[in-house]
Amino acid sequence: MMRRLLPHPVLSVFLWLIWLLLNNTMAAGHVVLGAVLAVFIPWLSSAFWPEQVCIKKPLVLLRYILVVLWSIIVANINVARLILGRSDKLQPGFISLELRLQSPVGISMLSNTISLTPGTVSCDLSDDRRYLLIHALHIDDVEAIISDIQNRFEQPLLEIFES
Amino acid sequence: MLEWLLAALIVIGAFFTLVGSIGLYKLPDFYMRLHGPTKASTLGVGAVLVASAVYFTFKTGDVSLHEILVTLFLFITAPVSAHLMAKAALHIQVKQLERTRQTHKGQD
Amino acid sequence: MIHTAIMIAYVMVGLAFVLSLARLVKGPELPDRILALDTLYINTIALLILLGIHLGSAMYFEAALLIAVMGFMGTLALSKYLLRGDIME
Repeated sequence: MMRRLLPHPVLSVFLWLIWLLLNNTMAAGHVVLGAVLAVFIPWLSSAFWPEQVCIKKPLVLLRYILVVLWSIIVANINVARLILGRSDKLQPGFISLELRLQSPVGISMLSNTISLTPGTVSCDLSDDRRYLLIHALHIDDVEAIISDIQNRFEQPLLEIFES
Repeated sequence: MLEWLLAALIVIGAFFTLVGSIGLYKLPDFYMRLHGPTKASTLGVGAVLVASAVYFTFKTGDVSLHEILVTLFLFITAPVSAHLMAKAALHIQVKQLERTRQTHKGQD
Repeated sequence: MIHTAIMIAYVMVGLAFVLSLARLVKGPELPDRILALDTLYINTIALLILLGIHLGSAMYFEAALLIAVMGFMGTLALSKYLLRGDIME
């Protein structure tokens, strides 16, 4: 019964929050209208969301978001220094990273984080979803970049979505 | 005090936006140019938006949070568009800088 | 104080516009031009929000939100066009 009524609880919560933010209000009318929309939109569009996203460890997710926000700021200061410095000293390169993550949500979260954080942009995913091609603005040590991504970002994502 | 904080946020935001565009202009190949706008500009606009949220919260007395929505939207979309542009560039084989390093771990 | 900060910010964002426009004209390849357009719309959001703070009006925010959505769609459509040769199948 609950499953039929609320096929995607996480999506519903997000829709409700977005409605309240868009209207920039906490008025009772909008709270109710937002809740109605948050129930109906996932129900009407459930054909487009075939798989369930389940967050197994919400606390780890919260910590992950904080870590990502912090590394965005640090990474931006780094990238700003690299951009404003001499560009003929930069050593760009492509790295292909072997993925331990399997779920599509996890992989897309990881590639988004990679694009936002250190001096790296995710460029392509191999067809069998096992390798992610990454472009780095400046490489000092390939192993350091790979192990940094694996320990700081992939490990928590593995715990959140696949443990 | 609050004014100083706001002024600092605005200037820092504008500075990072500018750095993103400088990167876009001066870096030597497409894949490197991609880094400027996706990171620096996103954080720059994020900082300006936070400044706007704080400003309107104190000006009107009501909590103004809808700026957070644009910030979140930008933080979600910027990597997606960067990924697609990089994929398109790889697809039509845009030239890379000569000294670009290729590392393939565990693959052919 | 805020007024001075906004004036400095206007100059910086204006410079950012000029640099992105230069890249848009220069190219040399199509993805460079798409990237320049992408940067231009992000800069526009910054400029609109600054205007909103300067003039004390929350109206500019709606425009910024719309530009964020439309700009993202535009970038997606152009990249997809390069990837597949057409936008709709």
